[in-house]
This record gives sequence, structure tokens and C-alpha cells, in this order.
Amino acid sequence: MKQFLPSLALALGLLASTIPAHAEEGHGLMASGSSVRDQAALQRGAKLFFNYCVGCHSLKYLRYSRIGDDLGLSQQEVMQNFDLTGARFDDPVISPMPSESAATWFGKAPPDLSLEVSAKGADWVYTYLNSFYLDPHSPIGWNNTALPNAAMPFPLWELQGTQTAVMKSGSSDEVEKLQLAHQGKLTPEQFQQATRDLTSFLQYASEPAALQREHYGIWVVLFLALFTLLAYVLKKEYWKDVH
Amino acid sequence: MANVFTNIGDWVNERAPGLMPMYRTHMTEYYAPKNFNLWYYFGSLALLVLVNQIVTGIFLTMNYNPSAAGAFDSVQYIMRDVEWGWLIRYMHSTGASLFFIVVFLHMFRGIMYGSYKKPRELVWLLGMLIFLVLMAEAFMGYVLPWGNMSFWGAKVIVSLFGTIPKIGGALVEWIMGDFLPADATLNRFFALHVIALPLVLLLLVVLHIAALHEVGSNNPDGVEIKKGPKGNRWDALKPTDGIPFHPYYTVKDLVGVGFFLLIAAFIIFFAPTFGGWFLEHDNSIMANNLVTPAEIKPVWYFTPFYAIVRMIPSFLGQAFWGVLAMFGAIAVLFFMPWIDRGKVKSIRYRGTGYKVSLGLFVVAFLGLGAVGAGVTAEVIPEWFGNVDLTFWENLFGRVMTIIYFGFFVFLWAYTYFGWEKTKPVPDRVTVHD
Repeated sequence: MKQFLPSLALALGLLASTIPAHAEEGHGLMASGSSVRDQAALQRGAKLFFNYCVGCHSLKYLRYSRIGDDLGLSQQEVMQNFDLTGARFDDPVISPMPSESAATWFGKAPPDLSLEVSAKGADWVYTYLNSFYLDPHSPIGWNNTALPNAAMPFPLWELQGTQTAVMKSGSSDEVEKLQLAHQGKLTPEQFQQATRDLTSFLQYASEPAALQREHYGIWVVLFLALFTLLAYVLKKEYWKDVH
Repeated sequence: MANVFTNIGDWVNERAPGLMPMYRTHMTEYYAPKNFNLWYYFGSLALLVLVNQIVTGIFLTMNYNPSAAGAFDSVQYIMRDVEWGWLIRYMHSTGASLFFIVVFLHMFRGIMYGSYKKPRELVWLLGMLIFLVLMAEAFMGYVLPWGNMSFWGAKVIVSLFGTIPKIGGALVEWIMGDFLPADATLNRFFALHVIALPLVLLLLVVLHIAALHEVGSNNPDGVEIKKGPKGNRWDALKPTDGIPFHPYYTVKDLVGVGFFLLIAAFIIFFAPTFGGWFLEHDNSIMANNLVTPAEIKPVWYFTPFYAIVRMIPSFLGQAFWGVLAMFGAIAVLFFMPWIDRGKVKSIRYRGTGYKVSLGLFVVAFLGLGAVGAGVTAEVIPEWFGNVDLTFWENLFGRVMTIIYFGFFVFLWAYTYFGWEKTKPVPDRVTVHD
């Protein structure tokens, strides 16, 4: 038992040290700082989603009623503010845009975003939302450094304003950095906060269970710690006579 | 009330007189060496995880839809709409990874203390069969959520059989029931995963334990307690250094169970994807044969074996050698009892050559895991800058492959030619903690 605790700590440390190496695929991403624990941020993110995103993107695995329950909103608040399609409270969030037409218009149907953060990571989504720039060579007028030649126009432009790309010297297609050419309704800090909220909401949409999981997790861990302690004392008692 | 229980007990005993003796043989009168250390927790923990997988698996089966069209959606249904479905699924997915951690450690314990040696060869062989079936079970279970990595992982792994000369192509089609992993594949993998292989696993586990209790447990000193002095507090004829499994080891294993569940709970409740190691990002995208993930790699517990396939080059126009080497890497473990001819069991009293080679074997296993998981592909450019990645990765992976197989060659020569200088083995077990 005396050697057990240090070895366990060592093993866990080794395991933990391998996680970051693997965690987020891709490098050079901005840190999203998103979190599902802040309900106000989730509400703001949901508002942004239903104002700017749901026109094209569905959340087919997320029901309006679930959003209400988890974000502390009443049925009336959810349906008045978020329901654009006349869906019922128990229905999932389906974009009003028919996907066949969307595929024709954009070359690619806008993907469902229910699992976007699970698939790409919160940092990627946050970086993507902050990396749109005006590109005269692109058929839709927009481009994105996180996903070059993305088929998506930038819906948040009235908030952020417009960015343009500064190319690397001597290159016509390698972007060195983006700069804000024209500021929108929000300051850069406010826009980052807004996209952080939106990312948090999408992170929640990817795994609504995260809210329950962390809530119950603490009690389970505390119970198990107590259980282990009692088991250890019991073992000591039983093993007193083994020499 | 007590009277009622006694009466029921008597009633059963009269009709099944073998039950109590069986309980005694395997629990209260099974004398295990008193010097087990922490390495001896992993057997009972493996059993615990097996039970967890079966119980959570039953509940997942109630809500899962084994069809290419519905599988992915049904997993999200479990995660979102089924009461406590997320917990059941995370217990199952985390359990799968922990199963392998526990089994790897359990096997390593066996190698370290020579538990495969006479008279326990059968215990080892049954254990190896369990490991083999467990790998098949895990592979098929991994395909069921029908994510994109499930799909491509299945395609790549099944395609390995395609390298077999002549029959390869037909064999791959036969396994998948289609030209690609598809509905037919998912249906049969589901049947095998939830019925066929668990039944085989359970049978093998019963045999494994029965075989163990026939010969008795080994211990960290590698001393046969049955050959030592006789007579203890419970029985004048049983080994002095043995203690009844129940209650001594049941209560001790309970402490191990507590620790283990604590770690499992941390993962299940606070990091269920474990940073993409236990549940992969690409599996949040539904299976799509038109979109290939950036890098296709199996789940972490298969990566050492997968790396061996990748490291063995084609030869004589055949790509079959890598697959042969991969299966060889598992097959060779079956022969441990006959490769290692040393008379001394425990690492505590074995020669330096054994200790060093076993250490290198562990390094090779982890190194191959790093290659298979794509860690080297990330780390080499990070640490050494702009170098030829393929060259250095292959060099590293091949050296690790050679060390992996070299361990068995060395171990045989080392013990066959009597090069090993062992220390004297004590007559009795030493300390216990």
C-alpha cells in the first residue's frame, strides 16, 4: 500500500502528460476559452445562433425543449425567440433552408452543427469564427484562414465588420495575418466575447449531458473516495492477524 | 427471519449438495499466497470491468439501432434522450479502454513473476485466448457507433486480410458481406459483439479461473506455497503461507476496486473522451465513404500492433508480411511458457539480462504504440525540426519492432544456453503489504 499511492500518482501523471499532445488536432488555433458552465453565456450564444446561424444550419440532435430546460428558459421564451419555423416545443432545431437548394446555392449543403464542437474542437470553431476575411478571388467574396476556400459567407460581418488579409511578402496566396479593415457594431473585444459565447453554445449542443455529468460527478467521486477509505480501514482490520 | 433463511439454505443444500463445497473450494478454502502486491489487483479488476461491459452493454442494446442508416442517430439518441443514457454509454466506452489497461497490466504481471511457467501453462494459454477474443470484441464494438473513424478503421483493419495471397480479396468481401463496411457488416458485427464473443469470453474466463484454482496462484516471490510447510490456522493440511481468498483477498480487492472506480469516475464524469484517446473526434462525424479522416488510426489499445503492420515493408511483391508480423506479435506470447526456460519464476531473483530485456520490451511496446497512434508523426517535427519524417519514423518504429521480437529470441537463448545468473530463491514467501 505504501508504494501504491506514489506509483498511482506517477501513472496518472504520465497518462495526463500524453493528453495535450493529442488533444486538439491542428496547430495555431486560438484558445476559445469557451465553457458550458456559464448559463448566461450559453443564453447569449443561443441568441446569436438563432439570429445568425439557424437560417442555414440545423441542430438536428437538439430539441427546443432541451434548450429551455438546460438554459433556464421558459417554453414561451424559447418558442418566441428561437422558433422560426413553426416547430413544436419538443421538435429538434431544423433550419428552414431546404438542404437540396442549399447545396445548389453554395456548392455544398451547410452541415448540421449538433456535433461540430465534438468533431472539430471548441478552439477550432472559435478560430474559424474569427478568421473570415474579404477575398476578391473567392466566388462568394469571403474566405477563411482556418478552412481555406470555405463555401460559407460570413454571417457575423455586421457584428465584426470586415477583415482583409495581409499576404506574406512575395506570396499571393499565403496569408500572414488578418486585419480589421472596417469595424462593425462590436469592438474587437466584444466580438471575441460574442464568438466565445457562440462557441460555448455549440459546445453545449454537442454534449448537453456535460451539464449533468459534471453536476453528478462531484458526488460520485466523493462517495467513491469515502468508500475506498472505508474499504481500506476494513482491509486493515481483517489483515491484522496476517503476518 | 434468520430461521427462514436457514430453512431455504437447507432446502437448496439438500437438492444441490455440491454448491457449498464449490463455494468453499473457490472462496473460503482457496488458499492464496499471503504476499500479493498491487500487481495482483488487476485480475479481479478485469472481472469487474467485464461485468460492467455486460451490464451497460445490455442497456445500450435496448436503445441502439444496428443499421447503417440508424446507428449513428441512435447513439445520439442514447446520449440525449435516453434517461441516464450518457452515463451508460460513457461507462461502456471508458470501460473498454480501462479493460485493456487492466488486462495489459495483468499480463505484464504474469510475465514479470513467471506466472506462465509450470504448472500454470494452461492458465496462461486460456488467458491469451481471452486477450485474443477481447481484441475481436473491442474491434467490433468500436465499429458499432458508425462514426467516420469506426468506418475507416473497420475498412483498414478488415483490408489487412486482403493482403493474404490468392484468397485475400474474397476473404475481405466475406467478412464484410459487401465491398465496403456497410449495413451487412454492421449487422454481423453487432451480433458477434453482443452475443457470440461475450459468450466465448465468459466461458474462457470461467475456465481461466478454474485452471488457476486447480494449480493455485503464483506470487511476487515465485515460490510454490504448496511445496512449503503445511498447516495454517484454518486447516492442518493446507499451506502455511496461504490465506483464505475470502475474506482476506475479497476485502483487499475491495480497496483496489475503490481506487479503480475513483479513477474511472474521474474519466466518465470529467473527461469521457479522454482528450480524443477513448472517444475520437472523427467519430462525431457519421460514417462517410467519400470523406477520409486526416489520419486513419485504430483506438489506442491496438496501436502497438497496428504500428508493426506499418513498419514491415512489402517484400517479394507481397504486403502480407506486415500482417503476419502483427499476428505473430500476439501469437508469440502464447508460447511464453516454452520460450522462457528459466527455472526461477520471479523477476526478483532473475538475472540482470532478464530485467534489462523486459524493460526494453516495455519501451518497445510503448514506442510502437506511439508510432501507431501518430504521436511520433507529431513529435518528430516538433523536436527535430524539418527532418525526413518518414525516414525517422520508420527507423524508430523498426528498431522498436526488432526489440519487441528480439525480447523473445533473447529470452529463449538466455535461458536455453544457461547464460542467466539467478539469485537464490527463498524457501518461503517474503513480505506482504
